[in-house]
Amino acid sequence: MNSLTKIISVAAILVAPAFAGAAGGGAALDHFTPERTDRTLQRGAKVFMNYCSGCHSADYHRYSHMARDIGLSDSAVVENLIFTTDDAGEKTKVGALMGNNMSAEYGKEAFGVVPPNLALVARSRGVDWLYTYMRSFYLDESRPFGANNTVFPQVGMPHVLSDLQGWRKPIYTTDSEGHEKLAGFQQVTAGTLSEDEYDATITDLVSFLDYLGDPNREARHSLGIKVMLFLLIFLVLAVFLKKEYWKDIPH
Amino acid sequence: MATDKVAPGGRRDPDGVDKKRRRMLTTGMGVVGAAGAAALAVPLISSMSPSARARAAGAPVEVDISKLAEGQRVIVEWRGKPVWVVKRTQTLLDGLQQVQGELRDVESDDSIQPEYAKNEFRSIKPEILVMVGICTHLGCSPSYRPEVAPADLGDSWKGGFFCPCHGSRFDISGRVYKGVPAPTNLDVPPHYYMSDTRILVGADEGQV
Amino acid sequence: MSKVNDVMAWIDERIPLTATWDKHVGKYYAPKNFNFWYYFGSLALLVLVIQIVTGIFLTMNYKPDGELAFKSVEYIMRDVNWGWLIRYMHSTGASMFFVVVYLHMMRGIMYGSYKKPRELLWIFGMLIYLVLMAEAFMGYLLPWGQMSFWGAQVIISLFGAIPWVGDAITLWLRGDYVVADATLNRFFALHVIAMPLVLIGLVFVHIIALHEVGSNNPDGVDIKKNKGADGIPVDGIPFHPYYTVKDLVGVAVFLIVFFAIVFFAPEMGGYFLEHANYVPADPLKTPEHIAPVWYFTPFYAILRAMPDKLFGVIAMFSAIAVLFFLPWIDRGPVRSIRYRSFQYKVILIAFVVAFVVLGYYGMQPVTPAGTWISRLCSLTYFGFFVALFFISKNENTKPVPERVKY
Repeated sequence: MNSLTKIISVAAILVAPAFAGAAGGGAALDHFTPERTDRTLQRGAKVFMNYCSGCHSADYHRYSHMARDIGLSDSAVVENLIFTTDDAGEKTKVGALMGNNMSAEYGKEAFGVVPPNLALVARSRGVDWLYTYMRSFYLDESRPFGANNTVFPQVGMPHVLSDLQGWRKPIYTTDSEGHEKLAGFQQVTAGTLSEDEYDATITDLVSFLDYLGDPNREARHSLGIKVMLFLLIFLVLAVFLKKEYWKDIPH
Repeated sequence: MATDKVAPGGRRDPDGVDKKRRRMLTTGMGVVGAAGAAALAVPLISSMSPSARARAAGAPVEVDISKLAEGQRVIVEWRGKPVWVVKRTQTLLDGLQQVQGELRDVESDDSIQPEYAKNEFRSIKPEILVMVGICTHLGCSPSYRPEVAPADLGDSWKGGFFCPCHGSRFDISGRVYKGVPAPTNLDVPPHYYMSDTRILVGADEGQV
Repeated sequence: MSKVNDVMAWIDERIPLTATWDKHVGKYYAPKNFNFWYYFGSLALLVLVIQIVTGIFLTMNYKPDGELAFKSVEYIMRDVNWGWLIRYMHSTGASMFFVVVYLHMMRGIMYGSYKKPRELLWIFGMLIYLVLMAEAFMGYLLPWGQMSFWGAQVIISLFGAIPWVGDAITLWLRGDYVVADATLNRFFALHVIAMPLVLIGLVFVHIIALHEVGSNNPDGVDIKKNKGADGIPVDGIPFHPYYTVKDLVGVAVFLIVFFAIVFFAPEMGGYFLEHANYVPADPLKTPEHIAPVWYFTPFYAILRAMPDKLFGVIAMFSAIAVLFFLPWIDRGPVRSIRYRSFQYKVILIAFVVAFVVLGYYGMQPVTPAGTWISRLCSLTYFGFFVALFFISKNENTKPVPERVKY
């Protein structure tokens, strides 16, 4: 067994229970309200396709569906947001699902777990978790990729946005009862973005993930209001009809 | 009518019932209810139409004809159907004039093709035929029979398509012969030349 | 009009159409004093129709295959025209089915609708409830998410508690060593064909039984004892048009609630569609907290409250089984809660509170306090039936009026 495989298998053992434990308690999560404007979603799609989709698939959703929903033409998506090839070796078609070119076997070998499909991650993890998680990576040389995360301890995923955010280290304080508590982060090396700019980028990304998880929410809401109005008319009529007939019944 | 049914046991005199109001409310309820049921039927019925996946799979397909030899045919799949691209020889093209008298729909008036293929060759360029390879009778795929006067098809055969299912005959432009079960000529799909050697099947020029 | 009458006469000579309509609708005399609680029977029927219709359309695109199931659900949600609406209607309908059925059962208990001569009516209703639970449980496996998988794994493992044959039975139920493709495929078959057929059959006999003995009412008065000269109960009114128009009001209110959930909160905060079920089934990794869907949690809490596996399973199944015997456990002649004793009201409230609290703790992760509260509530749950048995024998009831009070 060579040393690399050793590290990876140890990482896999550590990651598996951590993954299970991560969704629940632990670090407090920042509240996040996703945005649904075309501009936000377009920027989010760009971040997703450039940084996430290399490893993570989203192959429940179609590029063309996304194009229509976030206000882009099919050709703009083909030119700017599709970086993969299909089975025939040609550039992925705009009608295709948003898959990626990394095999599950390779993913498992490289990261210990297959990088999960992200199409529904906003619904399984919640947007608060995603928003906090993406802003909680820190420098930890003991990890295979030099990155750890306060929301997801012993995470298998590298800090892919480190060139934007730079590297940071967590600061812990001890409260009156002697428990260690996360107080914040200290910048170790600078990234290309300021902290506010980085948070804005994550806002775009998580808003996009929220869109991916529930793409037709807006259509649902606007149709819902019409249905409610219709049913109110139905109710009013039903009440009048009932009252009219029940005049027969003495009471 | 329901309005005449008045419950027994010391009920109010039926004459006191405002029948007009009842009828109006009942009709109103019926109309609103029917509208609601119809509105609910729309999503259910349209869920059976082609899904986004089917539509994506039915997207236009590109055909490279640079390596197509004279008399050769390639078959590509468009919307799950065979689409033939045939490079016709001069002999085959000459045969078109000779069989005209035996055809049912010479001018393709009753057949399905884009306007730019409504001609004798049923194509944009005379030698290149693009055609849906589905018999207009009952949906079999006819076989390509470019040879002239083969033993099984008779001396007058100038090359064309023959459907093995029910014996329908078509000339090399896909036009149907008289006296066979197929009612109309074979369909020509929308298509255009992206360049001299590349055809896009499934869309008209400027549509994509 | 005479044309219509001719056609009707032609049909009536061949099948009893008018007679059937009259028996079950037009001349079915229901007590005139039905209140709010009497909406839920017709609403249960409405939900059944919604589930069957939306279910048929989901089946057209769903793939009962371990490799394809999860993705086919997302295919329905994203690629099929209106697929999201159909699926949300079905998932919301599942939960709403239990909402109306629980309220319907509560009505039956409160007004003593299980008492003579309605024992069989009650038992058919209980059978419907039992089949409905099986139907919902099997349906919940089909999306093939983590909750689907592990929920099925846990519930099937319950049968492993049966002495000697338990393991063989669980293996046979799953058709594999864990919940697997074979399990999914057979649950699909049972969910779309077998259970719905049984359900429709039971609903049919439930209604036949009801119309044979007549409806009970909030006063628990037997309206057939008081008939007019025409032989019609004085306190009865024809179901149509009086209760059809009244039920329409119930339908309208119900649909507003139903579609408000479908359009604005289809997950209902994770109670109708659980968050962990958005992760595909993974036989190697249990979600850190698994709980059944809310409508099973009272019984699940009883199961977890017991310190012994076999005992827990017995307690859980007994909690359902004991309801079947309600007509004989309750020995008092007075039906409606309106004329029953103070003690009865106390134990009934305790029973309902215990059931709701059990439902809450069945959703929570196991804690020592939660376990003790669950034990207390389990005791209250079963205690209700014991107390009822003794209280009802010589109960200090109020006089039941001759006629219904409006």
